[in-house]
Amino acid sequence: MAEMSDFLVDEGVPDPLEMPEMKRGAMEGLAPFVAKPEHQAPLGFPGALVDDWQEKAIDKMGELLGKYRSLQVYLDSCVKCGACTDKCHYFLGTGDPKNMPVARQDLLRSVYRRYFTFAGKYFPKLVGARDLTKDVLDEWYSYFHQCSQCRRCSVYCPYGIDTAEVSMAAREIMDTVGQGQKYCNEIIGKVYKIGNNLGLPKKAIESTLEGLEEELEEETGLKIRMPIDEPGCEVLLVTPSADLFAEPHIQGLMGYAKVFHEAGVSWTLSSYASEAANFGMFIGSYENMREVSLRIRKAAEDLGVKRIVFGECGHAWRVAYSFLNTLAGPFDFLDPRYPAPQHICEFTYDLMQAGRLRFDKSKNDQYRLTFHDSCNVARASRMGDMPGGQFEIPRAILRATCNHYFDMAPETIKESTFCCGGGGGLLTDDLMDIRIKGAQPRMRALQQVREDHGVTHMAAICAICKAQFTKVMPKYGFDMDAILSVHQMVANAIVMTGSIQEREIKEKSEPAAAEGQAA
Amino acid sequence: MAYTVNGTTVEHDEEGYLTDLNEWNEDIALEIAKAQNLEMNEERWEVVNFLRNYYDEYQVAPAIRVLTKALAKTMGPEKGNNKYLYELFPYGPAKQACMIAGLPKPTGCV
Repeated sequence: MAEMSDFLVDEGVPDPLEMPEMKRGAMEGLAPFVAKPEHQAPLGFPGALVDDWQEKAIDKMGELLGKYRSLQVYLDSCVKCGACTDKCHYFLGTGDPKNMPVARQDLLRSVYRRYFTFAGKYFPKLVGARDLTKDVLDEWYSYFHQCSQCRRCSVYCPYGIDTAEVSMAAREIMDTVGQGQKYCNEIIGKVYKIGNNLGLPKKAIESTLEGLEEELEEETGLKIRMPIDEPGCEVLLVTPSADLFAEPHIQGLMGYAKVFHEAGVSWTLSSYASEAANFGMFIGSYENMREVSLRIRKAAEDLGVKRIVFGECGHAWRVAYSFLNTLAGPFDFLDPRYPAPQHICEFTYDLMQAGRLRFDKSKNDQYRLTFHDSCNVARASRMGDMPGGQFEIPRAILRATCNHYFDMAPETIKESTFCCGGGGGLLTDDLMDIRIKGAQPRMRALQQVREDHGVTHMAAICAICKAQFTKVMPKYGFDMDAILSVHQMVANAIVMTGSIQEREIKEKSEPAAAEGQAA
Repeated sequence: MAYTVNGTTVEHDEEGYLTDLNEWNEDIALEIAKAQNLEMNEERWEVVNFLRNYYDEYQVAPAIRVLTKALAKTMGPEKGNNKYLYELFPYGPAKQACMIAGLPKPTGCV
């Protein structure tokens, strides 16, 4: 009888980049839940679609064009060369031509031409200019929530047109006229009210951390602390609240705690800034992005820390690395010897370079591992002091902690990485259809390395990626727990000074001496 | 959008989460479960009751790890894990179990 694997080999894994069959209008009915008045108000947006929405929307577009020169350049410079057409994971997964990046941009561009260009004002039909009607607004709402702002298309655009920025502008315009997205806006409201996306009050966080401390002590024999709101620490850790709630995120958090402990660096979480994620970016709102960022600054000042370290969160790192200083700086009160802010992977990598971390790789021998580059880290930030550090540092950590590491196909990783399918404010159940379809290119690349190298697991450094893969992996023949945190691998392999694991290793290598010590 | 239980209607949102958490009772839980194509058994009640007690104290749903650890204590280690929770609540323990328990939906990167 033929083995199951024979069939898989015979049929082969489809190419992740394969051009799909065109399905016009395939996704046109899909739209996320609209924000209710109580989700809009805390963000400063009208509760429902305003009466003069058309006029307001065009005014807002004009304001954004004046404010962001890049937006006008993007809307003016497209020559319809087609380089972007097959670069979007949502297009590859759905075949809907409106999910081609150029078509998505054109949803806004056509309206821009109508109201802001000479040709579009007088000869709209000649230049593909459209009136902003309710149908157009609804089309925006649908298709600008089928873009995860991952910027893969912009890598291939000869003009560097950034669809993410176009998408953000469209969402900002929609918020301004009262047509917000429930998922993002409800979450931002929770950050303002409670301090994090999940709405975890301090008491709940404390209780969870206590449980984790107990677990760590049981495992290692060491009192590894996980403090919150402790003044006078060296480091403020800003991490996605999912790290305090979900799997495998929480194992990553336990990894950070182990690394801090081993480094002898005191650290604390803040209940006021208990969220790294900044959904203000997803909705293109500078004001809301700034508001969320200022909480981090305030927490750092109030607690008197010397450094700010970010946990594993993709777009949080984009905001932190690229915008934090502008939004909430200057951070001249922090220790100038360290990057402000720093990524937890940089923190761990620096200790590795200094020879201060020991790993027992065999502890991860049950994993044959690959790494998913999270889009916002890959294409909108950097780590360390070398170009490409954001690709090499996480991989260096995985190679140091695991014996079996394999990259996926080169055209699907690093700057060409695919979005997980749930980024940019799409990680919500009402968009599950597009999430599953959008994950297809990444899942096919993963299926390829499973075929070629027997890869069993994939690690990531983004809370959204981890949650998204947990949900969609089973649709592609993987276990839901085939997705791991990078610092989960660190947590498994690290041999901490004075720990039970260290004693076990000593006993194995020199049984007599260990016995002598014990006596 | 509402559930109808014993002749009274109880409002819920687009996804089926109760609008007013104070309106919850066991009959409503059964009705929500029915709408989710789930039959309430002893194990599912165990989870739902734990969630409600936790929410009473902390005003939020527990971390998955907190939930699985608690279940491992009461139901044994073979049932105190994420996989078993997904068997009980295929749509996700945090979301489906919270809905039946009358808790708000956990939001964010989860």
